[in-house]
Amino acid sequence: MARVPVQFTLNGQERAEFVESGVTLLHALRDTMGDTSPKGGCQQGACGACSVIVDGELRLSCLTLAETCEGASIETAAGLASEGVLHPLQRAIVDGFAAQCGFCTPGMIMAAKTLLDHTPNPTREDVIEAISGNICRCTGYEPIIQAVLKAARSNSQKAG
Amino acid sequence: MELRKDYFSDERNDDLNEIGHSRTRSDTPGHVTGRTAYFADRTFPGLLHLKMMRSPHHHANIRSIDVSEAEKHPGVIRVLTAKDVPHNLYTILILIQVGPEDETVLADKKVSWKGEAVVAVLATSERAAQEGAAKVKVEYEVLPAVFDMEEALKPDAPLVNEHHPGNFYLYDSGDHRKVRFGDVEAGFAMADHILEQTYNSSPIEQAPLETTGCIVTPDGNDRFTCYTDTQAMFFTLDNASIILQMPGHKLHMVGGTVGGGFGGKVDVIVEPIAILAAKLTGRPVSFIYSREEEMQISSPRAAERIVIRDGVMNDGRLVARKVTGYTDAGAYSRHSPYGAQKGAAHYPGPYTVENVWIDTYCVYTNRTPSSAMRGFGVTIADFALEVQMDKLARLIGMDPLEFRFINAYRDGDMKAHRQPTEGAALIECMQEASRVADWPVADRFYEMSSRSREA
Amino acid sequence: MSLAVQTYSSVRDASDALKPDGICYLGGGTLVVRAVNEGDVSITGYVRSTAPTLQTIDITEGRATIGASVTMAAVLGNAGLAGLHPVAKAVGGPTVRNMATVGGNLFAPAPYGDFTVGLLALEATVHGADGESPIEDFLAGRDDRRKRGIVTAVSLDVPSAGVLRFLKVSRVKPRGVSVVTIAAALALDDANKVKSARIALGCMADRPIRAQAAEQALIGCKLEKDDIRNAVAVIGEGTNPITDPVASAWYRSEVLPVHFSRLLLG
Repeated sequence: MARVPVQFTLNGQERAEFVESGVTLLHALRDTMGDTSPKGGCQQGACGACSVIVDGELRLSCLTLAETCEGASIETAAGLASEGVLHPLQRAIVDGFAAQCGFCTPGMIMAAKTLLDHTPNPTREDVIEAISGNICRCTGYEPIIQAVLKAARSNSQKAG
Repeated sequence: MELRKDYFSDERNDDLNEIGHSRTRSDTPGHVTGRTAYFADRTFPGLLHLKMMRSPHHHANIRSIDVSEAEKHPGVIRVLTAKDVPHNLYTILILIQVGPEDETVLADKKVSWKGEAVVAVLATSERAAQEGAAKVKVEYEVLPAVFDMEEALKPDAPLVNEHHPGNFYLYDSGDHRKVRFGDVEAGFAMADHILEQTYNSSPIEQAPLETTGCIVTPDGNDRFTCYTDTQAMFFTLDNASIILQMPGHKLHMVGGTVGGGFGGKVDVIVEPIAILAAKLTGRPVSFIYSREEEMQISSPRAAERIVIRDGVMNDGRLVARKVTGYTDAGAYSRHSPYGAQKGAAHYPGPYTVENVWIDTYCVYTNRTPSSAMRGFGVTIADFALEVQMDKLARLIGMDPLEFRFINAYRDGDMKAHRQPTEGAALIECMQEASRVADWPVADRFYEMSSRSREA
Repeated sequence: MSLAVQTYSSVRDASDALKPDGICYLGGGTLVVRAVNEGDVSITGYVRSTAPTLQTIDITEGRATIGASVTMAAVLGNAGLAGLHPVAKAVGGPTVRNMATVGGNLFAPAPYGDFTVGLLALEATVHGADGESPIEDFLAGRDDRRKRGIVTAVSLDVPSAGVLRFLKVSRVKPRGVSVVTIAAALALDDANKVKSARIALGCMADRPIRAQAAEQALIGCKLEKDDIRNAVAVIGEGTNPITDPVASAWYRSEVLPVHFSRLLLG
């Protein structure tokens, strides 16, 4: 089988691996790079569980080919906590019971992080729009929306 | 959150230290950091991927199966058909003596629903398995199909499943479950009004975000480890043991965090065939449903048809309730005979009615086999019952909540299936709901108690 | 079997590389990679192009040219295309909009392809490696990939804000798959009567189509309930709606006039 080299930064670390030609970023991350935080919920771009940030933009890793990410900077939920301290979004989701089965959580967090990176003080409508491509079958969304708003507030307090 | 300790306060010591306080769930730190391990979060060298070739027809005889091209396809390691399965005919609840065995692991003579598994293809990549599956040739003789439960019960309907003549599940009570209490016809005779309504529901897919699947590794000594997202570990172990004709101690089932199930992962579908594949190839095997398979192949909540006929007095008393319920099992039993039976016991609802008559049928059609989903057998029943309660209240010009207070069951009331009511709390729930929702009712309803009837 | 990815800097080379059977152009991946993931074994390889022109939005003298690789998010980020923002925002969720391209949307089968519904109402031109064609001709022949090279851009007169009335009906809020999508580009005369109308529908066939009977019936009408009655009555003429898990053909036919009427009167 044809294997091709890919090189990119994953959560701040330089990674260079050989992957199967045509493989999705989701499979490359999970099967080759050892980062199983992005989840394959549908492989059709409908559920958002595989969402990762590529060069600052939220992407569906299940529909992105690894080869197209050459040289990119990729962030996943696995790289969000620093030195054991949870990111404010992670903290707010834990505190607010905004995860149940947890399968949507890594993708949901990356969608929310993209929002907060661009819009530090989002409205409720901004939050709903930002996570509108991410499906959660357990929580009914409200705890997630509240957690994202709470994380935004704790962020701005820290900045102030 | 407000904790109302004044209800039933004499039934416990008020020394609850945890209720009413938030405690971090032990699993959420793993969820938010992506460290929680789901069954698919592991890879094994030499892993094979299993793809299922499925019936494109709702109902057909299988004339021939030709896997020769598929076997030759690059990357394909092995192709499995019915003859490879040691005990190909099974039913999940045989474990608790609810038979007959009525479903094939891989179809041999006939397919009875669109999507039924026929041939399993194992290959070194998902893609090769898909390509191999596309090369399997099956010749079918298409048969007439039936999709409506009442049509299926007619004498000249196509026979869906040879193990269920007449297209109904044969209980020890006959072609349906029965509950008889009081004299329902006498109840209708005395009623001021009679209301008969029919309620229909469609199948509902649980749609967990993580699809059904498992990964099996051969461990040597004819032992196998199966990492699975089943909700029913022991059903899976015991059914795999029966299907594979292997003692249970050879099978090591490993569960863990499940990415949502909602009843959709209670059946035993992927594990036995994946274990068999690992056994016959000597390699690790992954069988994970695609999203399309999860939506179309995994068992949904059953479709139901519920006919409710009620007799009610002008003063609000329900005096007769007759229910005929139909549960659409699809082509095979799975958990539906149990669901239909649960409905029979549930139907009078949380109300005390003196004259009750219940018939529930478990019916076979050429639809996707249905099974468990959150309160199956009672959820749709409750929907129908509560819509019916609103309609009855409207019919006699009564407030719908007051109407429910009048008929609510109390401790000590005999239920229709002859279990005395204990621990009822409907009255108190409605009292609190009335306050919280700002839907006031007459004072006398706030004086009521589930523990006793007022004089 | 792995699927080779061929990357070309030139549009012409990419176009030529598409000739063999089974080779598909890879835009944002939301259609092609999805199909491969779902087990479409007829796709045997990907071709893509990194040509800068494919990524460019050019607005000159009121005419916009949008490169085929421009994403919905990029359309939304361009103030000059404000008239198209409601259309671009109707596509997917934010993640899909970061990936889905204008070129890809032209090929999206119903119930997808909302952006193309807007382009059809706005009388866009589709530019390809082998020439250009009006969007209607392009849509009619889009399945015949042998006849044409890759799509490079779409061009259209920049609509001023409010010219295009656009409605995507979904059952899931805020973002869901389309039940029916309607785009109406209307020009009114001094007496507030319709002097020209182009109406496009999504989900009312396997690809976006025009509602020509309704367009004609609208001419000379004020956008008032009694005036538009005839146009509403014929909005379904010539349609052949899809049936999918979101809605049946019957349901789509039933609700189309209701939503069309609301779009005109709203």
